[in-house]
Amino acid sequence: MEKYINTGNKDTRSGFGAGLHELGKVNPNVVALCADLTGSLKMDAFAADFPERFIQCGIAEANMVGTAAGLALSGKVPFIGSFAGFVTGRVYDQIRQAVAYSETNVKICASHAGITLGEDGATHQIMEDIGLMRMLPHLTVINPCDYNQTKAATIAIAEHHGPVYLRFGRPSVPNFTPSDQKFEIGKAIKMQEGTDVTIIATGHLVWESLVACEALREKGISAEVINIHTIKPIDKNAVLESAAKTKAVVVAEEHLIAGGLGELVSGILSRELPLPLETVAVNDMFGQSGEPAELMKSYGLDSSNIVEAVMRVISRK
Amino acid sequence: MTDTVKLKEIASQIRRDIVRMVGNANSGHPGGSLSSTDILTTLFFKVMDQNPAKWTREGSGLDLFFLSAGHLTPVYYSVLARAGYFDIKELNTFRKMGSRLQGHPSVEHGLPGLHVASGSLGQGLSVACGAAVAKKINHDNKAVFVLVGDGETEEGQIWEASMFAAHHKLDNLIAITDWNGQQIDGPVSSVMNLGDLQAKWNAFGWECVVCDGHDVEQIEKTLMECKSKIGDGKPKMILMKTIMGKGVDFMEGTHNWHGKAPSKEQVEKALNQLQETLGDF
Repeated sequence: MEKYINTGNKDTRSGFGAGLHELGKVNPNVVALCADLTGSLKMDAFAADFPERFIQCGIAEANMVGTAAGLALSGKVPFIGSFAGFVTGRVYDQIRQAVAYSETNVKICASHAGITLGEDGATHQIMEDIGLMRMLPHLTVINPCDYNQTKAATIAIAEHHGPVYLRFGRPSVPNFTPSDQKFEIGKAIKMQEGTDVTIIATGHLVWESLVACEALREKGISAEVINIHTIKPIDKNAVLESAAKTKAVVVAEEHLIAGGLGELVSGILSRELPLPLETVAVNDMFGQSGEPAELMKSYGLDSSNIVEAVMRVISRK
Repeated sequence: MTDTVKLKEIASQIRRDIVRMVGNANSGHPGGSLSSTDILTTLFFKVMDQNPAKWTREGSGLDLFFLSAGHLTPVYYSVLARAGYFDIKELNTFRKMGSRLQGHPSVEHGLPGLHVASGSLGQGLSVACGAAVAKKINHDNKAVFVLVGDGETEEGQIWEASMFAAHHKLDNLIAITDWNGQQIDGPVSSVMNLGDLQAKWNAFGWECVVCDGHDVEQIEKTLMECKSKIGDGKPKMILMKTIMGKGVDFMEGTHNWHGKAPSKEQVEKALNQLQETLGDF
């Protein structure tokens, strides 16, 4: 199987910005809205080249969500951008009523998700957003793993009719998926074949899982790594197929255990294929200020934590 | 064109519909529906360029209406049915299981005439802003109307939207406040005093005028004036002075009928005060 190489660290939010700019060139219905975070969201190239389709909303996220709904039902494809905390929890009711329940074709683009937002601390580090968004009927939830995949996902969701939550991050992280990939919503990607354990990962934790996979290989353990970039609808068959083969599962995500991918996968397995499962996620606490890498280590979200979880789950087989 | 006498006849029938729908369902919001009846009747039967046969959710080339105060479904559904968006018999299903006429507007159930869900207050003005921006981008010179409740303007999002509309010069946005002065817990002045509402909207960069919300001629004149000003760079807010429960003496002027259904006897008493002009559903 292909070995993934880091072609140079890049931030996933820049992948979003690049994808949005591409869309501006090819899809005249795409409009972009931002709440005073244009630079942070890397939406400045779109704003500069398509000013008539860029709508500055000021620091008023609730109105931005409603405005996007109005644009969507008028036939536009609005992409709204802000920090993950400010376009989920802060505007949950607006998303629920005007976007999800109303099935408006709004793309909610959330940067700085998770603890790797870093130094700004817990007010800005939302680790509940996947749970919040996946509870809403009609909403598709996507969490790509690197720059290239975020760019491809951004382009893909414009073609998908329906509301989408697209989650990405702030720090520069390894960029390792193909630059020419076609992003298929709802289709898991098998990154490594293995026989002893299945590591299911999303977002920044996909790279950590690949690193863990190498470390496990040295210990004589063959790990399968699956990238779940689409959390809703989840590729249930991919999960079940791999789990049936390896009979042990670890789920890794930059999120709280509550509401996260781990809970989702454990729900599927307990209903259809009961097997030992371990999670690499944050347990019921807020984050704090710090550098992304040291936070990942301190909160138990790096490759060594995945290796430990694999050893635990294999011992339970 | 619908003349004033005809408009009043339609409004009377719509008030009967409201009372009967809320009575049938044994739930719903009669007070604000009755206060805003003359406004919605004039809008749909005189002012708006709308056409049920051409209706699409996108609303290109037509005037659009958004109900931000989503609890006013009795008046909204009756107006839509009487205007030909669906059969008036369907008004019998209001708030019943399986109905397209949900307690608050829902697009999930596919009722023609509805663009977006509302009911959680303060959101409809933002949605109308988005529709107004889309019309600007599309060079579609039609208007976007939106009705908000006066109590609803206590929501912060209303003022976010008001800044947005003024900043983006949404002169095709015509908002109406059903200024009946009542909300669930009591008079607006005692629950959360809005102060000088007209000065507030003007200060936020809108052109804000006051109008009698039960005088159909004045409503029409004011709304048509606003439509004629598309292009002047300013969003419009019309504060329509109304009476809660208008047309039914025991419901008038009190917050008690915000969200309460009349008994069978009260329905009869109310209907005796409202002329049947177009035939009950």
